[in-house]
Amino acid sequence: MPKQSPIADDLDRPFWEAANNDRLVVQNCSSCNRLQHPPQPTCQECGSAANLGWREMSGRGTIYSYGVVYDTPVAVMQPDQPYNLAVIQLEEAPEINMYSHLPGSPVDDVTIGSKVEVVFEVTAGNGQKVPEWRVVG
Amino acid sequence: MVDITTPPAGMYRDKEGMGIWPHRGKVAAVGIGHSPTARRWDERPETSVGALSLLALRNAMADAGITGDQVDGLVVVPDTTTGAYWPAGKVVGADFLAAFNQTNDVLDGIAKLSPEWIIANMPELTNLKTAWSAGGCTSHALVVAAEMVGSGAAHTVLVVKGWHNYTGRYYQGGANAEPTSSGPTKWSAPWGGPACYGTAQQFQRYMMKYNKTHEMVAPFIVNSRRNGLMLPEGYWAQHRPEPITADDYNNARWVAKPANLYDNDIPIMAAGAYVFTTAERAKDMAQKPVYILNHASDRTRARSLALTFDEVEAATDSTGRKLYEGAGIQPSDLSFENMYDGFGLFHIFHIEGLRYAGIKRGEGVDLFQGDISIEGSNPVSPSGGNIGGGRTRFWLHTDTMQQIQGRAGQRQITKKAEIGVSGGPTPTGGNFLIWSATPD
Repeated sequence: MPKQSPIADDLDRPFWEAANNDRLVVQNCSSCNRLQHPPQPTCQECGSAANLGWREMSGRGTIYSYGVVYDTPVAVMQPDQPYNLAVIQLEEAPEINMYSHLPGSPVDDVTIGSKVEVVFEVTAGNGQKVPEWRVVG
Repeated sequence: MVDITTPPAGMYRDKEGMGIWPHRGKVAAVGIGHSPTARRWDERPETSVGALSLLALRNAMADAGITGDQVDGLVVVPDTTTGAYWPAGKVVGADFLAAFNQTNDVLDGIAKLSPEWIIANMPELTNLKTAWSAGGCTSHALVVAAEMVGSGAAHTVLVVKGWHNYTGRYYQGGANAEPTSSGPTKWSAPWGGPACYGTAQQFQRYMMKYNKTHEMVAPFIVNSRRNGLMLPEGYWAQHRPEPITADDYNNARWVAKPANLYDNDIPIMAAGAYVFTTAERAKDMAQKPVYILNHASDRTRARSLALTFDEVEAATDSTGRKLYEGAGIQPSDLSFENMYDGFGLFHIFHIEGLRYAGIKRGEGVDLFQGDISIEGSNPVSPSGGNIGGGRTRFWLHTDTMQQIQGRAGQRQITKKAEIGVSGGPTPTGGNFLIWSATPD
């Protein structure tokens, strides 16, 4: 569904470039072996910037929770209300989460704990792809 | 010369194991002042957020029976927006600028509030020595004021929080009207969750985990509006004295299901002010002292993008433990609770963290199915909170003081009001206080 296009910056450009290539990556501190999302200038554990890199994820996850949006302040989304908005936990890193509209799932027909898989969706504003998640199985 | 600064970073009691608060029972609230409320600013100087704040401050001093020369400390919350921002390019009226002693920021007193602006417009504060700018909301300012008095930085302190609200729907326009998103919001704005979405998805998880329903919240919302209509300082009592029923709640439009219209509060114009002083000086003032037994803060940050319900449960459990530890009391010592409710659904998370009225995790909405009224043995939100009085985040504190002073009027709880708790705003990132009729 239509949504705002994120604009990459120097900090998060690898995330968005990976998305444009249908890959999901998450920032990782190789010293702490710790993932963090959204990306930060330093590791939130050790405070270092020197060991930050990117790790590719499997693209599998679980619905942690969800809501159904009826009154968004974001103009581009208002014609499509109501819509699902879920919190997705990554399979290999449940402490990392992302939002999803659950494309393909009927409105308010969502089960917490369902397995999902990442897809990449083109946004209209600047063509940037964003990760989205579809229920599988 | 007044020393104007921000509160010392180390003053917050944000960890467990800190023991009894060193100033327990040595700081007291003695005065309360409010402005009238309004839905939106009508653009007259005398109804600006600055003017409302001056009125509230002077009402608080009069309530405490003190004069300006007795005040040596000031705590001001600089943030005044409900979510409404001064339109870009809009010129500030000459009548406003002429009505007040302005700082070098023309929006001071209209869209923000600095200690400098208050000081410039309160010449009666002739002995003011220390002023702290405490960002956020009243709960933060009161915690800061408690430390200002407790530490001896000042002896008699004024605290003020004002709110401005303009015409139009807030959060609409600006970045939300753009086709692209940059900055930190790029991770969330493209998915379009409204402000209450975070609480909504946490409550969804709550319902799943504990097998509860949204309808079980209705008695809380009905009770809050009932109490709010007995709060003469509040918006609903002053402008729209309309009770709501469980049917009203259960049939209200969704904003972000499972959060509906009544799970959100109404943005208003208002100001609230308080007088804090030492327990010793409080004895000579006009109102019965309300002693502060402890304060605590939570500084939880989400591990990832969305704050999860698991993180909220951990944070509120910790807040409860910190509050009781520092005050030297048990949950059963609370006569009532006034935790924050804007959004209404997270009031449940707050009171479960406190183990209020003997509840455990997952039993907050069960409590609502019993008697939570001011007449009962477990009063819930006797102030009515934001739900019952409009978005100020200070009715909870006003009511807690008034209950303990025995001057809550129609809202006075039937049981004896000896110890109360109030604070917020959110279950994470909030500031909280324990209040008592006696210092020990």
